[in-house]
Formats: sequence, structure tokens, C-alpha cells
Amino acid sequence: MTTTVRQETSDKVDLWLRMYRQMVAIRQFETEVNELYTRALMPGLAHLYIGEEAVAVGVCSALERTDYITSTHRGHGHCLAKGASPDRMFAELLGKEAGYCKGKGGSMHIADPATGNLGANAIVGGSAGIATGAAFAAQRLGNGRVSVCFFGEGALGQGVLYEVMNLAQLFKLPVIYVCENNLYNEYTHYSETTAGEIVARPAAFDIESVTIDGQNVRVVNEFAQILVDRARRGAGPAFLLCNTYRYHGHHVGDINREYYRSKQEEQIWKSERDPIVNFGKVLIEQKIADQEALDGIQKEIEAQMKQAVAFAISAPYPDVDEVEEDVYA
Amino acid sequence: MPENHLPAQNARELTFAQAIREALAEEMRRDSTVCILGEDVAEAGTPFKVLSGLLEEFGRDRVFDTPISEAGFTGLAVGAAMAGMRPVVDIMFGDFVTLTMDQMVNQAAKIYYMSGGAWKVPMVMRTTMGATRRSAAQHSQSLHAWFCHIPGLKVVLPSTPYDAKGLLKAAIRDENPVVFFEDKMMYKLKGLVPADDYTVPLGVADVKREGDDITLIATSSMVQVALGAAVLLEEVGISAEVVDPRTMWPLDEKTLIESVKKTSRAIVLDEGYERYGVTAELAAVIATGAFYDLDAPVKRMGAMHVPIPFSPPLEDATVPTEQTVFEAARALCGR
Ligand SMILES: Cc1ncc(C[n+]2csc(CCOP(=O)(O)OP(=O)(O)O)c2C)c(N)n1
Repeated sequence: MTTTVRQETSDKVDLWLRMYRQMVAIRQFETEVNELYTRALMPGLAHLYIGEEAVAVGVCSALERTDYITSTHRGHGHCLAKGASPDRMFAELLGKEAGYCKGKGGSMHIADPATGNLGANAIVGGSAGIATGAAFAAQRLGNGRVSVCFFGEGALGQGVLYEVMNLAQLFKLPVIYVCENNLYNEYTHYSETTAGEIVARPAAFDIESVTIDGQNVRVVNEFAQILVDRARRGAGPAFLLCNTYRYHGHHVGDINREYYRSKQEEQIWKSERDPIVNFGKVLIEQKIADQEALDGIQKEIEAQMKQAVAFAISAPYPDVDEVEEDVYA
Repeated sequence: MPENHLPAQNARELTFAQAIREALAEEMRRDSTVCILGEDVAEAGTPFKVLSGLLEEFGRDRVFDTPISEAGFTGLAVGAAMAGMRPVVDIMFGDFVTLTMDQMVNQAAKIYYMSGGAWKVPMVMRTTMGATRRSAAQHSQSLHAWFCHIPGLKVVLPSTPYDAKGLLKAAIRDENPVVFFEDKMMYKLKGLVPADDYTVPLGVADVKREGDDITLIATSSMVQVALGAAVLLEEVGISAEVVDPRTMWPLDEKTLIESVKKTSRAIVLDEGYERYGVTAELAAVIATGAFYDLDAPVKRMGAMHVPIPFSPPLEDATVPTEQTVFEAARALCGR
């Protein structure tokens, strides 16, 4: 009896520390991305996930490596949480051959079969069909996999989402629709674009839904685990609504944003609801770690990210002939 | 010099984006049924800031943000146009027109014909095109050829601020659905634009530069590329004429054919895909119309037939440049 309790406790400690590290890793990754943009070292733009780390980490920690995810334009966090390595991610963001897509995809298209990542997607709602289709394949092939579709609340505007939720429920597919409500569709508050209650939408298809605090990684993970287990058992799709917030602009270039949201609002989320700071406090309170250990994690990850950036910067671009490769399989 | 190249007395230098905004503002003042709808068009004035200031002047009833529902709000515009409005729909990136295709192709384009002329759809869809912005495969395409293929739609590709303002005003006043493509890399391009109320009629090509040895027929941002190539060609003694059809449909076949009859050689340049694209259609028009005057096969240059890659060296290889056009023109002229 005591051994199982001890085992459970140590599993929990491992999981919590892993989740903490992953959140720090995502934040540090994104901090470096912002830096690359500011120093004009990254082509194009990127949509930072800072502030929303608990959602990707909480959900992906409930998944097996072979389970599927689809991601969005704001996808770095999902990809990292599912197991992508930072050096190849940075390489992709810089358009280098060593990147996950040989430099062809860039920030918004990271895909990695080895970690079940079906791909980030630059079309809002564009991956709803893909995630649902992967769940359909998992069901038909009987391989026990579950599929998670990450999307922002902006995707609630896309009709395809409702078409596939209907299919998912009809076929009882193992797919979880994870809606990250960070309050804004680009530069417009979601209340101006979204009629009624969000969860009334899955409810229309009789899809199980849960609304949670997306800034609390333990809560996210706990509910994700329940819904994933349920889907794996064949009980069908679910909808997980995570209330969260992005700290930065819609993309790295969105600096002056007071016309759509106040500095004060940003400040409140950052100072009161930060997923990493608050989880760090819990770890200390529960004596899982002390401040020194947390600082150590931060330092170690900072160094790791710097190394990954250096790798990407020194990596070569693809050969120009590569441009015509991979058009057809 | 063609008439519209003469700076009007009250012309000012405006950017391409400012010219578009001015066209919209003028048409909205002129006609209270003109309204703008799309994602982040109001306070944000679009991510490209093309519409900044319109909300302040015209208010929320006439400039309004929609959900991210391209099919839905395009369909709404079709119905509103049938019922007395003149909506201007904003599709942020041309890549997202895919989501509107049923509304545009099966609905807007066919309603006038199917109803035997009973119902018309006077709407404009403004959207973007153009690569090399490092935005990767789903934010860089030039899909205008899709609409050119459909009877009932008009398709406009302005290449200068002057044309952008005049053509957009004409598009808004047109009784048909018009799709208006703006190259997002051209928003900062400057040019003289009259403050007057003028329109550029749909279906009239424009000779952007006169020449004798070869005709470069170019659309949208490729007009700038062609003009740049023409300067390089001049240095090696080749006189290039640059012709901009301005509207893909209606198409001013006569001006294109006449130019090529004069020069006897032609390159057609367009940023859409070469295969089954705008360059194929324009080349066929020339090959048929100027057959007996051609001294060389018509050459086509468009986007390489690949999804637009993100990596800069790869992306740059996918579109025609001044240098590649220069080389192609030289080869065609045998010099
Ligand atoms: C179909 C489509 N329409 C519009 C866009 C442009 N766009 C990119 S992100 C975005 C807002 C997305 O908001 P949300 O889904 O809530 O995600 P968030 O950016 O808040 O993470 C828009 C409108 C797009 N990429 N795809």
C-alpha cells in the first residue's frame, strides 16, 4: 500500500517537474524567437505562445508520443510540448535545411511524424478536418491513438469545424477539440465575433465539453487526461475550452496594441495569472522544488535555447535545387 | 504619352495603399450603399493598415469587422448586393479565397445569368496576392487565375497607385461581382494620384513604356519587374515595350495584339502559376492575334510550379525577377 502511494507520489513529482520544465522551455524558446525577430535574423513573422504555455503542456502531457496533434499559426508551444527539439525548430524558423520541414514551412508549418505532429497550420480552422481524419484512421486501424486539435477561439468562425464535430460525434471518433480562448482574434475581441456561449456549440452535437482555467497546468492536465482516456476507450470526441491569454502581440510585429486591449489588462494577466510563476509557487509549497532548483531549471534551459539558436544560425540554407523537391510524394 | 500618365494638376504622391483607401472613401461618400466588411477591417484597418481611418469617417454601420468566416461573410455580401447594397469584401490574404469559392463561383458569378438578368450582384472582393514576404505556402499565393476562369466574374490587377484608385472606383460602380487583387508587396509603392474623381474603365490595357523590339506584357507587381528589366535591356540596345492589361477580364486583347504586331516578340509575365494560368491565356491571345508578325515563340514567365516555400533562397527562386526577365528577353531577341 505505502509503496503504491509512494510510487504515485513520485510519478506526480516527475510529471509536475516535467511540465514545469516544458513551460519554461516554451517561454524561453519564444523569448529567443522574439529576439531573432528584433535583431532581424528571422525571415517573416511569428506568433508567440508566451502566456499560453500551460495549455499545450497540460494537454500534451496527457498524450502518448504516438498520439496525434494538429497545431495553428501560434504553434511553437504545441510542437515543443509534443516533443519537438528546439534546435530543429529554430532551424525551421530561419529557413534552414536542418529544420523540421527543410526550411520549406517556416514558423507556421512545423510538422513532425516522429512525435505525432500532423502539422501546424496557417489557415484558421484549417486543421479541424485533419485532426478529425486522423482520429477516424486511428479508430478504423484500431491502433488506440487519440487525436488533439488545437485551435484559437477565432476558428469558431469557420464552418468546417462544425461539419467535422458533427462527423466526430456521429462516428464516436477519438478526437479532442482544444479551444484556446486567448480573448482576441488578431486585433478584435472575441465577444465581437462570437455569438452565444462557446460551449453551446459542442453541446449542439452532444459533444462532452469542459471549460477550464488554461493558466493552471495541473487543471489542464487533469481534465485533458480524463478526456483522452475517455476517447481512447471509445466514448467519442470532447471539447476542452481553455481560458488563456497571449502576452505579446498577435505576431511579433504587433507592438502598439492599445487600440484593441489595454496595458492594464495585459499587466493583470501577467502579474496575477502567470502559469509558470504560479506553478512554481505550488512546487515550492508542496516541497517538490525550492527556489534554487527552479532558478537552476531556468538557467539550464536558457543555455540550451542559446545553443539551439546558435545551431540554427550557423546551419546552412537548403540548396536552391531543393525548391522543386517534395511537390509530389 | 498615354493620357493617364500625365500628372493631373492636383495630383499628389500617394502610396498604393493610400490610393486604395482614397478610392474607398470617395465611393463611400458618393454612395451610401457602399460598405466594407471583413476581418480586422475596422479599428485595425487590416493587418496591412490599408483601411486606417475609414471607421472613423464612416462608422461601424459601414465598416465592420466580421468573424473569421470567409464563406459566411462573402455569402452575406452576395445577398446584400442582390438586395440593394454595394459591399466591398476584404479577404486579408489571397490564399483564403479558397474558403469563399462556392459563394463566388457557384453563387455570385452565375446569379445574373441563371436569373436571365433578373438579379445582379454588384459587389467587390478585395484581396491580396504576391510572394517574397517570407509568409510560406498558405500566405503567399497569387490565385487570380481561378476567378479568371469563371464566366460572370471580372478580375482586376492594378500595378500603380493611379490605376489602383481609378480601377477600384470603377469596380465598385460596376454592376457585376469584381475580384480586385492587390499585391501586398506593392502597398508602399508611390505614384502620382489625382485628388479628382476619376475612374479607369475595366477592360482597357495601358502601355506603361513604349518600345520597338519586344513587348513585355505584365500584370500587378510584375509590371514593376518588367519596367526594371526594360531599363537593363536598354543598356544592351534592346527597346522593350511594357503593356499592362490591368484587368484580366474583361481583357483588352486589341492593345496586346497591336503591341506585339509592332515589336514581333513577347514575354508574358504574371505572378500566378504558369501552368494553366494567366500567362497561358495571354500567350494564346497573342499567338492567335499576332501569328503572322511573331519572330519568336511567345515566352511565359510565372511562379514556379511549387507551393511557395518559406526559406528565403528557395522563395526567391520561385518568381520572375528583373534579371531573369532581362535574360529571357535577350535570348528571345537573339542578343
Ligand atoms: C481562414 C483564415 N482567415 C484569416 C486568417 C488570418 N488570421 C491569422 S490568425 C487570425 C486570428 C486567429 O485568432 P484565433 O484563432 O483566436 O487564434 P490566436 O491568434 O488568438 O491564437 C486571423 C484572422 C487566416 N490565417 N486564415
